[in-house]
Amino acid sequence: MEPVLSVRGLRTYFHLDDSVIRAVDGISYDLYPGKTLAVVGESGSGKSVHALSILRLLPEPPARIVAGEILFNGRDLLALGPQGMGDIRGNRIAMIFQEPMTSLNPVLPVGEQIAEAVMLHQGATREKAWAKAVELLKKVGIPHAEERVQDYPHQFSGGMRQRAMIAIALSCEPDVLIADEPTTALDVTIQAQILELMRDLQKEYRMAIVLITHNIGVVAEMADDVAVMYAGRQIEQASIHSLFKDPKHPYTQGLLSSVPSIYARKERLEAIGGQPPELTREFPGCPFVVRCPVAMDRCRIQDPPHFHLPGGRVSNCWKQESESEQSRHRYSPAQSAAPS
Amino acid sequence: MSTRPLLEVKDIKKHFTVRKGLFGEKGTVKAVDGVSFSVFPQESFAVVGESGCGKTTLGRMILALDKPTAGDVVFEGRSIYGMRSSELRGLRREMQVIFQDPFSSLNPRMTVESIITEPFIIHGVYPDKAERRKRLLQLLEFCGIAQSHLERHPHEFSGGQRQRIGIARALALNPKLIVADEPVSALDVSIQAQILNLLKDLQRELKLTYIFISHDFSVVRHLCNRIAVMYLGRVVELAESETLFNDPQHPYTEALLSAVPIPDPNIEKRRKRILLTGDVPSPLKPPPGCHFHPRCRYAQKPCRRDSPDFIEVKPGHWAACPIQPFRQKPSDAALTALG
Ligand SMILES: Nc1ncnc2c1ncn2[C@@H]1O[C@H](COP(=O)(O)OP(=O)(O)OP(=O)(O)O)[C@@H](O)[C@H]1O
Ligand SMILES: Nc1ncnc2c1ncn2[C@@H]1O[C@H](COP(=O)(O)OP(=O)(O)OP(=O)(O)O)[C@@H](O)[C@H]1O
Ligand SMILES: [Mg+2]
Ligand SMILES: [Mg+2]
Repeated sequence: MEPVLSVRGLRTYFHLDDSVIRAVDGISYDLYPGKTLAVVGESGSGKSVHALSILRLLPEPPARIVAGEILFNGRDLLALGPQGMGDIRGNRIAMIFQEPMTSLNPVLPVGEQIAEAVMLHQGATREKAWAKAVELLKKVGIPHAEERVQDYPHQFSGGMRQRAMIAIALSCEPDVLIADEPTTALDVTIQAQILELMRDLQKEYRMAIVLITHNIGVVAEMADDVAVMYAGRQIEQASIHSLFKDPKHPYTQGLLSSVPSIYARKERLEAIGGQPPELTREFPGCPFVVRCPVAMDRCRIQDPPHFHLPGGRVSNCWKQESESEQSRHRYSPAQSAAPS
Repeated sequence: MSTRPLLEVKDIKKHFTVRKGLFGEKGTVKAVDGVSFSVFPQESFAVVGESGCGKTTLGRMILALDKPTAGDVVFEGRSIYGMRSSELRGLRREMQVIFQDPFSSLNPRMTVESIITEPFIIHGVYPDKAERRKRLLQLLEFCGIAQSHLERHPHEFSGGQRQRIGIARALALNPKLIVADEPVSALDVSIQAQILNLLKDLQRELKLTYIFISHDFSVVRHLCNRIAVMYLGRVVELAESETLFNDPQHPYTEALLSAVPIPDPNIEKRRKRILLTGDVPSPLKPPPGCHFHPRCRYAQKPCRRDSPDFIEVKPGHWAACPIQPFRQKPSDAALTALG
């Protein structure tokens, strides 16, 4: 099977007056139809900027995609002009955000906003588009959709707004749904409903999902594959089961053992000491080195490349060099300086 | 555990008058509506529940920051609302608070040193400069703050470091009770773990009592020995932490536990969930009878009519569900679903 979306060596920098923020500094993955890839990492690690880069929703300048390829069904999105990108965005690739209130228009009825998306992308008549809006609201589980379609966003609860966002995203039956922290603002009982809804719809439409989250429980529930980011760089990628069973990168190991679980009470959590680095500083070595319990001298001077390991997984840690399948790396090695 | 409670909350209520909609008539939000429990010395007592169920309002009343509409809070045998202002000052030394948002709870113009030592000045303790310095350094050590940070300002720190500063300030006067309102919710997982470990260590070393307010069951399980579950202003279940996780008695607790994702794909992908239908009802118009009945899969006629009593189901295990004592546990109840 061919991937529907391939991200290769993506780097997105913000060029500010007195500094450069390397917000995304090397991420690569393949996403297959009907599958979910989770992107995890700490606050500020570049998860959202990576997503906005795919859809070209960042203000350029100051943002600039300085390296990489984004292949959608084999076509390089970075080569597309604004017109071509407009056809893809919200149509073939749709996105939902953490705070639905900021992405819904407060002065338009919810139904109007869904209908607009339907008219825009499918060229449907007004009447047909409204009928479709009702159908979509029903599909995402809004009770009394025929009446609620006239409601304004503030008349919806947080969970209902997120459903409405999903309805808009689904209106064009996209191949890829990028969901950026879709349940972070919601209560757990509502989160459970939304995640279930996303899974059902994914099955029905064979949609591929990029799920951005910092919630390891949600990752365990939803993902087929996981990309772990740290300070703008992808530091590990693996299938969900191999990642949890045998995390390779010391950051991933630390992350997984620092999560409390309702399933098992631990006496102490194994916290990772220290803080993530500043993204404006240029560091020659591994970004995790200052917090890493197994750091070697080499880690301070040389940035580890993507080591491809058995089972199709990738780790960016010098400790994995000996396990690596090839000495040459398929993707642009992380240590080669990006043009700026 | 000592038999004399440090803190008793007695049928406490807080009702707010608000306008419904833009022009609407006045309505009443029963943010806290008859909550009672006792907290014992050196306990770590959790209050959990979903957004808007009244956790923060309850915490503020316990700290005497808000006056209840009815009911009482008793600290070491004395009613805190009957206190004179001089007594209340003394009380404020005994009870401290840690907030969710380390960004807005610290004064941006103050240095770390002045933030932590401000309580000394307000309460006139450690007047001797050397003594004060000694205490300050001790607090830094407790909380893992570097001495070199003393002259810096809050905005120069990350969320986790700011939360450490907030904790050091809360500990400054050697309190007995700490009310922590979502102290780690704004933090990254790896930083969250540092702060949770810190809170745990401090409790042991300083013999602190915690009231820990949270919406996150995983965090609560890690830190707390007893848990009260709130729904729309009322406590619906209260039990020892392990009992609550293994044998929830209220259908809401059961559903809540079942909704929490578990960071383990082997469990998570096989798990059967109890999905609640519908949203949390508006606190302006809570359903009659048991507030939970419209979302409850066991609901029967009396649930729609009668407010359930809070019953001691087993020793130390309380629940407010009229059908609970007679309920047969279904096979897919919360924890069976976990394993
Ligand atoms: N418009 C912008 N201008 C300058 N810097 C930006 C801009 N947007 C994001 N950044 C920076 O890029 C980095 C990555 O941000 P991003 O929002 O992708 O993080 P994230 O992983 O999504 O974090 P979170 O979990 O908090 O959402 C951060 O350091 C952020 O400050
Ligand atoms: N000053 C106020 N005036 C009117 N209503 C209020 C006031 N403070 C709180 N409320 C209402 O009381 C209810 C309980 O609010 P509270 O902040 O205690 O909830 P919470 O459990 O802390 O929620 P969260 O998890 O979102 O922090 C809510 O419906 C809230 O809107
Ligand atoms: Mg983000
Ligand atoms: Mg609150």
